[in-house]
Amino acid sequence: MVDLTIDLNGLELKNPVMTASGTFGYGEEFMDFFDISCLGGVLVKGTTLEHREGNAYPRMAETPQGMLNAVGLQNKGVHYFAENIYPRIKDYDTHMLVNVSGSTIEDYIKTAEVVNDLDKIPGIELNISCPNVKEGGMAFGTSCPSAVAVVDAVRKVYKKHLMVKLSPNVTNIAEIGAAVEGAGADSISLINTLLGMAIDAKTRKPILSTITGGLSGPAVKPVALRMVWQVAQAVKVPIVGMGGIMNTTDAVEFMLAGASAIQVGTANFIDPCVTEKIVDGLSDYCQQHGFDKVSDLIGAMEV
Amino acid sequence: MFTYVTLIGNALLIVIRYMKKYIDDFKVIKNERLNYEYVILTLKHPDKLPEMLPGQFVEVRVDNGPNTFLRRPISIHDIDEQANTMKLLVQEIGEGTRLMGSLKEGDNCNLVYPLGNTFSLPEKPRVLLVGGGCGIAPLLFMGRHLKANGFEPQFLLGARSAEGLIALDAFKALGTVFTTTEDGSEGTKGYVIHHPVMRTQTPEIDMIYTCGPEAMMKVVAKYAKNHDIKCEVSLENHMACGFGACLCCVADTLDGHKCTCTDGPVFDSTYLKW
Repeated sequence: MVDLTIDLNGLELKNPVMTASGTFGYGEEFMDFFDISCLGGVLVKGTTLEHREGNAYPRMAETPQGMLNAVGLQNKGVHYFAENIYPRIKDYDTHMLVNVSGSTIEDYIKTAEVVNDLDKIPGIELNISCPNVKEGGMAFGTSCPSAVAVVDAVRKVYKKHLMVKLSPNVTNIAEIGAAVEGAGADSISLINTLLGMAIDAKTRKPILSTITGGLSGPAVKPVALRMVWQVAQAVKVPIVGMGGIMNTTDAVEFMLAGASAIQVGTANFIDPCVTEKIVDGLSDYCQQHGFDKVSDLIGAMEV
Repeated sequence: MFTYVTLIGNALLIVIRYMKKYIDDFKVIKNERLNYEYVILTLKHPDKLPEMLPGQFVEVRVDNGPNTFLRRPISIHDIDEQANTMKLLVQEIGEGTRLMGSLKEGDNCNLVYPLGNTFSLPEKPRVLLVGGGCGIAPLLFMGRHLKANGFEPQFLLGARSAEGLIALDAFKALGTVFTTTEDGSEGTKGYVIHHPVMRTQTPEIDMIYTCGPEAMMKVVAKYAKNHDIKCEVSLENHMACGFGACLCCVADTLDGHKCTCTDGPVFDSTYLKW
């Protein structure tokens, strides 16, 4: 029997498999397909202080081995979440973590304070990396001083597990990783989407209403792996790796690069049951390769 | 299954039935080519088809293309509950749909289904279903459903030319079929809105269901509104997931952005900001 548990800096996970924010709704959307309590954790949809309508349609473009999105953090705001959605999802037998985003540091603080009071939410993922909002979002995550400022401010009011999600749209991701660790992050997740764009040659117009959007899917996996590996060299806090994970092998690769846990995003759209398969697949991989504990895979790449 | 009701604004009542979703491999038992761009796939469920209703769609997994990645949302064209088969009308407009069109008897076809809401049954008897291009797909299933519920559906189907008017026999088996073609090669020349059935000042229609190009649906919806006819439209926005997780396929409604995949694809036309 393989031990799949992971200690994510005090947050005990059943296994390393989590779902990426914005690709898994509030978990409820997938309950027809499988029992989500088999997962290590669920990152619920990006949540902001106020209701957001998100960007205009079209918000999505299919690209080779991936997709661009420009949803723009559509959500009903943290108070609606606390009053209406939280009661429905709080008793799922897995860690339900809230992805928190904002336009100003004050927004982040107020949103984190509301989530801090929700007993069954053991942590937040601070989204300083959304490429699809005009203000805030990625702007916080692309320089060390602004990343430190927002993480430091939220750390002061948020008492539970604080995961910080990094943007790949930077020159030196290891520097940003080290900076947010210094500001009090309990763990670091990466990567958010890569800024990209798509043009329709027939109409000579951009496909997305916002012109640019966030690229995800297998197309970004090599970039994500490299960044996870670089940040793993630079920090001591655990890393949650993501970017184009489609199957068990991909998940193993991220752990070998230094991730303690992984998130599956875009793959949920193609196979809604993929995360359940990866949980089973990690156990099989460990058995076949002689690992008693999945945690032995973390950073086990042999150079 | 359970039902919940949402009150929109002061007047509109939308009934959404919660139907369990599945993911299964179907077997292709027939691939019937209608013309250069349309095929009808007949897919057999491995066991017993769950209940599905007109207006709903499936997300088809397309695996083999170098440039295809996401599933393709396709309307349910028809259901045979006895045979446990489903028909999909596929218009080959891109790489994904061309791969679907090349499926052969015996191939597997993985579906997430049934997705989305459904057309509602009319309150009054005189019903017109207006379709253009591939948008005729859900209207056959709805026509059969209407007939089974004692209505006598009339269809108005439009295409660029006679060759584009497909599956007419299946529609004729359910009710009267009017046609328009842009080049006049069959039926009335022009768009569906130019057909005499939609030109009269006192139309003998109580309810319109429409699916097709957005420009077509907009003029049909406008006609319905001007004549105080209830009108349901089926949108085909681009989607990633098909079940409310990605929030990519939103339509602009009186209540803001709503997912076409879960709040639609069928909307009362007056609920859309058209």
